[in-house]
Amino acid sequence: MSGFGRIKRWIGDHLVMALGLLVLVYMFVPIAVVILMSFNDNSKSRNLYAFQNFTWNNWTGMCKPDGMCAAVGKSAEIGLLATIVATILGTLAAFAMVRHDFKGKSASNVIIFLPMASPEIVMGSSLLALFLSVGFSLGFWTIFIAHVMFCLSFVVVTVKARLTGLDSNLEQAAMDLYATESQTFWRVTFPLVLPGILGAALLSFSLSFDDFIITNLNAGQTTTFPMFVYGAAQRGVPMQVNVIGTIMFLISIAIVLGGEVNNRRKARALAA
Amino acid sequence: MSSVADRDLRISKLTKEFATFTAVKSLDLVVPQGSFFALLGPSGCGKTTTLRMVAGLDTPTSGSIHLGDLDVTYEKPYRRPVNTVFQNYALFPHLDIYENVAFGLRRRRSPEVARQVDEMLALVELTSQARKKPPQLSGGQQQRVALARALINRPEVLLLDEPLGALDLKLRRSMQLEIKRIQTEVGLTFVHVTHDQEEAMTMADTIAVMNAGVIEQMGSPTELYENPATTFVANFLGQSNLIAGKIIGREGDVVKVQMEGTVVSIPADRAHADHGDGWVGIRPEKVLIAPAGQPIDAPGNHMTGAYVTDVSFVGVSTQYLVRMPWGQELMAFEQNTGVRGIIPVGTAVDVSWRPEFAFLLDASQDVNAGIEEA
Amino acid sequence: MAVQAPEAAPPPRAPAVRPRRKLTGYWLILPGALWLGLFFVVPFYSLLATSLYDPNGSVLGGYDMTYHFANFVDAIKDYWEPLLRSLGYAGIATLICLVLGYLLAYAIAFKGGRWRTLLLVLVIAPFFTSFLLRTLSWKLILADDGFVVDALQSVHILGADDRLLATPVAVIAGLTYNFLPFMVLPLYASLEKIDGRLIEAAGDLYASPVRAFFKVTWPLSLPGVVAGTLLTFIPAAGDYVNAQLLGNPNTRMAGNVIQDLFTKTSDYAAAGALSVILMLIIVGMVMAYVRTAGTEDLV
Ligand SMILES: Nc1ncnc2c1ncn2[C@@H]1O[C@H](COP(=O)(O)OP(=O)(O)O)[C@@H](O)[C@H]1O
Ligand SMILES: [Mg+2]
Repeated sequence: MSGFGRIKRWIGDHLVMALGLLVLVYMFVPIAVVILMSFNDNSKSRNLYAFQNFTWNNWTGMCKPDGMCAAVGKSAEIGLLATIVATILGTLAAFAMVRHDFKGKSASNVIIFLPMASPEIVMGSSLLALFLSVGFSLGFWTIFIAHVMFCLSFVVVTVKARLTGLDSNLEQAAMDLYATESQTFWRVTFPLVLPGILGAALLSFSLSFDDFIITNLNAGQTTTFPMFVYGAAQRGVPMQVNVIGTIMFLISIAIVLGGEVNNRRKARALAA
Repeated sequence: MSSVADRDLRISKLTKEFATFTAVKSLDLVVPQGSFFALLGPSGCGKTTTLRMVAGLDTPTSGSIHLGDLDVTYEKPYRRPVNTVFQNYALFPHLDIYENVAFGLRRRRSPEVARQVDEMLALVELTSQARKKPPQLSGGQQQRVALARALINRPEVLLLDEPLGALDLKLRRSMQLEIKRIQTEVGLTFVHVTHDQEEAMTMADTIAVMNAGVIEQMGSPTELYENPATTFVANFLGQSNLIAGKIIGREGDVVKVQMEGTVVSIPADRAHADHGDGWVGIRPEKVLIAPAGQPIDAPGNHMTGAYVTDVSFVGVSTQYLVRMPWGQELMAFEQNTGVRGIIPVGTAVDVSWRPEFAFLLDASQDVNAGIEEA
Repeated sequence: MAVQAPEAAPPPRAPAVRPRRKLTGYWLILPGALWLGLFFVVPFYSLLATSLYDPNGSVLGGYDMTYHFANFVDAIKDYWEPLLRSLGYAGIATLICLVLGYLLAYAIAFKGGRWRTLLLVLVIAPFFTSFLLRTLSWKLILADDGFVVDALQSVHILGADDRLLATPVAVIAGLTYNFLPFMVLPLYASLEKIDGRLIEAAGDLYASPVRAFFKVTWPLSLPGVVAGTLLTFIPAAGDYVNAQLLGNPNTRMAGNVIQDLFTKTSDYAAAGALSVILMLIIVGMVMAYVRTAGTEDLV
């Protein structure tokens, strides 16, 4: 190969990676801004969208803005509750879909798939139309209902994937080794599906915590964290919201990296 | 049957039909207590299905399975004294080696779990690996864990479904000896499924050759090899020359067959047909050849007019293809004893074999059965 | 080797391993199906019903079901502009996402090596920071005195008085940013399945890497392309947060209108009609698209 060809090849090889990394950097730019702004002191300026001075005040006085921490609490409360319910219902449904035959299975499949393919605004407004027509008063419970609804599909899909990947020989081996049906479930099936269930719960929580469009339509007087941010954006965002954003980011990175480190450790142990 | 011992595994008229396919067809089998029994057959012939029914993992369509007097045909898998070593081992990935091995004992609330597990790990030489997780072990080690996990329960019958299929050749050979050693030591009944005829012959006291859902023949390795009853067994277990002939009839201890102009005599206990057409079978290493006119050390008929069409030298032996006057090519394997040099291609040769080595099969069977699968 | 058959075999029981008693499946699926039925399927009927209410009703006075199909005509007449904008902005954003997402997914799948998992984690990580906060960040990045505008002005791409914030460009940029992960993940899933040797073999046969790409990689990645574009387009077309935070009154999308009709003007009939229209358009486009892409078996 000629020298020129080799250079072209090298550029070709590394250009793709460089461009890919650039795209990745682009995905992180707004997060860098969120982190930066969590240290921004904008008390002396009316310009909300520029970095003025460095300060720790946003972190130390995290809950100063009226109602913000209450909104975070509300979001966490709804998120936890919706996650628990969606994870339980979704896991049961995933077992039904993978392990059992019943009439209406393919219809169930479609109904589980549809919420992931519908625009949020349509789902939100349909639910609102229902709540209005039956005279249900909007608030905490309507948000909860909506969140369980859209988290469910994601839980089913995640747990289903894990369950389908499970080697059915393992359960048969357990039964062969004197484990009854229920012992087989609790000692073999459940521990092996658990990572999928936990992943689904994590996904549910973040979907619920972050949802705005559906929540906003069905919230009534209740305010969640995204609603607080949206409301504040019309007037002027308190810099403390960036503290919350940074904490969310750090927590998710910690969870994800924790998992990754765990995997690497396992892989190393494997190689040893 | 008076000779049936207390805890023999008896399978009778066992049938398994799947939606469109009958995998096991009215299978009869007796596995004597304490024996090393091999179920040998090509891939897809129904070995796994049979084993799974014995383990209770599949329900038979009809037929029965007895352990001694105990009918276990429809017993739950966790309530029969049978354990399985799965083909892909099926070790529990979330439990360490120790807990994998202890699994069965704990389910049965057996006392002295620790002592038994330690002993078992020592038996399979895995004591130092007790606290590792299954994926951290090599294939051979995983195999031994699977064996230990099943064996520790002292089942009346241990089922092994191609337990060595995933191992490379060398490891397979040493594991064969290892498993055989362990079986002798513990004295349990082993039912070993394999599609490797060499493995079956090395390990088993008794082999059942299975084909397309039925048992073709059952017996000791030498019985099966020396006196196959079907063309499938003749071809699947080693190789055979099968020559078409007309059966003349029984005369005393032998059956006379008119074979391509020669009358051959086959011992009656090796004749699996007594009238009409038949296949005269002879193993290649039993076929003797010599350049035309030279003496051959066999008392039987000498067939002349043959010539060598192919020679392959494989070290311990030389394998000849010899074209007979009627056009068929026979295989003849000769030990390289050094008595005579290699006979070159094209040489005219005489062919003979001792009549007591030949066998006679029913001509209605496909002459090529079992060749591809072997 | 004869063995007597036992006298009377017990009647066959259900398979021992996986008890599939017919009802268990129903009991397991029931709670989830009920939830989705009550709060996803039934609401659609409510929405349809709402869209046919008498437009002269009010929250206080209540609505009358009058099968007022004219609501749909009115909705299209009044709101065709935001509807078209929704589809246009979402379409452009989807295309940009496809280019960027493909680059990133390709780089991770074929050049990522042992960093693959980590890179993939990094793609998902921004997801976990509030979507609204990230969108607000763009407001800051694209601000009139921000460095992006300054840079573009200094190279005369933008005039001295031109701005990015509160323009369609900003809205589309926001949409692109927000839905990029939905593009990357399915693309990666299908690229990862491609055997690298296939591309090398193609490199042998076609010589040019560009041709190898279009003859081999691209066709094999089509399932991911279809899934990714759908997962990006659908939420983008229904979005209004980006238009609200990064746009101006002339960049309103269908989502903004629906939201306002429901929450500000309380014109439920019109809001319902517009929602139904948006859903129908999206479903129609998706079906046509999937049919042309020839991957009906995608879902
Ligand atoms: N669950 C099943 N449904 C339909 N056919 C099956 C099933 N399990 C096995 N078979 C068929 O039964 C035959 C025997 O299978 P198996 O017992 O696994 O063969 P072996 O173990 O001897 O290779 C095969 O042809 C296989 O395709
Ligand atoms: Mg098998």
